[in-house]
Amino acid sequence: MKWEIVIGLEVHTQLSTHTKIFSGASTAFGAEPNTQADAVSIALPGVLPVLNQGAVERAIKFGLAVGAHIAPRSVFARKNYFYPDLPKGYQISQMDLPVVGQGALTIQVEPLSGPSTGSGLKPYEKTVRIIRAHLEEDAGKSVHGATQNLTGIDLNRAGTPLLEIVSEPDMRSAAEAVAYAKALHTVVRWIGICDGNMQEGSFRCDVNVSVRRPGEPLGTRREIKNLNSFKFMQQAIDFEVQWQIDTLESGGKIQQATILFNPDTGETRSMRSKEDAHDYRYFPDPDLLPLDITPAMIEAVRATLPELPQAKRERYTHEFGLSAYDAASLTSSREMAEFFDASVTMVGAANAKLAANWLIGEVSAQLNRDGLDIAKCPISAAQFGGMLARIADGTISNSGAKEVFRALWSEGGTADAIIDAKGLKQVSDSGAIEQIVADVMAANADKVAEYRSGKDKLFGFFVGAAMKASQGKANPAQLNEVLKQKLAG
Amino acid sequence: MSLTTQDVQKIARLARLAMDDTEIAAARAQLSGIFELIAEMQAVDTSGIEPMSHAQELSQRLRQDVVTEPNQREAFQAIAPQVEGGLYLVPQVIE
Repeated sequence: MKWEIVIGLEVHTQLSTHTKIFSGASTAFGAEPNTQADAVSIALPGVLPVLNQGAVERAIKFGLAVGAHIAPRSVFARKNYFYPDLPKGYQISQMDLPVVGQGALTIQVEPLSGPSTGSGLKPYEKTVRIIRAHLEEDAGKSVHGATQNLTGIDLNRAGTPLLEIVSEPDMRSAAEAVAYAKALHTVVRWIGICDGNMQEGSFRCDVNVSVRRPGEPLGTRREIKNLNSFKFMQQAIDFEVQWQIDTLESGGKIQQATILFNPDTGETRSMRSKEDAHDYRYFPDPDLLPLDITPAMIEAVRATLPELPQAKRERYTHEFGLSAYDAASLTSSREMAEFFDASVTMVGAANAKLAANWLIGEVSAQLNRDGLDIAKCPISAAQFGGMLARIADGTISNSGAKEVFRALWSEGGTADAIIDAKGLKQVSDSGAIEQIVADVMAANADKVAEYRSGKDKLFGFFVGAAMKASQGKANPAQLNEVLKQKLAG
Repeated sequence: MSLTTQDVQKIARLARLAMDDTEIAAARAQLSGIFELIAEMQAVDTSGIEPMSHAQELSQRLRQDVVTEPNQREAFQAIAPQVEGGLYLVPQVIE
């Protein structure tokens, strides 16, 4: 009998504010230890938290992006636990009344190989429900091993605003979990609320995994903490799922636990935790009043919201007739989509497919080779659009365009100047092409006779010879047309 | 509602309070008194009354997202028990 895998995610996104959630200390990454730890961050007695408007606006923006309800009144609560990187002895978070309510995110799933592979092998679309997203503060960092028997504490990160985004357990494979995490990663960067830097810990995923027999109630889950790469996420889930299935099939039981993934061994292991580690004794923080969000605030944030990936994908498939795959590739980042939009503005919707092919093909390949992001593309959308326009109006052939593209990439300039300088303008003058065809036929009278007696395969020979005679500049479509006509006799 | 000695011991442990048996007994009596008061308040009919999360009927003032706090590490670390290389030092934490 088969097992069904059930996965839910909790993602901590660091919000891209200049200052901390409850104080005016900087949140810049990479500062000297504790130079950005002000009186509030180190919890000096007598200090009071004052909420950062920038953090609230980013939370609203996320809520709008996933179609969620924005709470008109939400409440901050204290989550109590002791750890040296949390000097207050509690984390300010939200419990009963979070700022963002239920929403949803549509994901494109690329099935992966592995024991937890989902249904079939074709890419498909799925909607994952979001339960809530709440504002909270990050903790500091512990530095181990600096001094014998002591731990160093850096409180620069303490108080950095986080939006914790909690999904329903809607995912049924590692592939779906990774697709959801990637879609969320795209959205938060797209709307500019988080830089998405996973190495620096700006986007951290906790994955809840359980297995059950289809149709039965949910199994006991284990939570894999702090995954900071999509590759590790897939490996961790695959390992964990196999472990849970093996445990259950050999008659064992799953105990609820928090576990860590070790990238070096590819295994998950249980964290040592005390029995009352999760007794957080939440209560409303008396230092903070309820957060009221007015319809005017929501509308002001809505006005700053760009067209979202899902809307763009739909527009690309409906208006431009692009495939779902092309639309997904073009919306992998906001920079890519804006580059595409700008080039389509130059060459018109009729040539959108041409622009898409070049962007997904040649441009992406070249960016990969040079290890660049589309934001750092050496060719601007204007230069790119200029080249596409010359392909579209037949000035240059596809091979000529590749030469133009290489020149734009390495030397810059405009497509028109490069076409002139390199003499890439293709010959579309019908008189000139007819002359070339006549010359080639005259020089190869024997082959013309063979062709006319039924050796059709020789057509390719004539195309090659005529193209060579034109020094590669003949318009290929036109040349084919003329050759067919003349050879027919 | 009356708390057991075990309840009080657990609360003390969660709050990292070291209490001897005499103190536990005293705290148990006081905490039980507080819970009795809560039980009395729970008996009041509050249907139709919107719950409050704060004693004052005000809402949170928001701060502009602008850096206002300078680096005062030296001043703060002057009163810390132990520091090194800009880090606050604490007894080793093992997870």
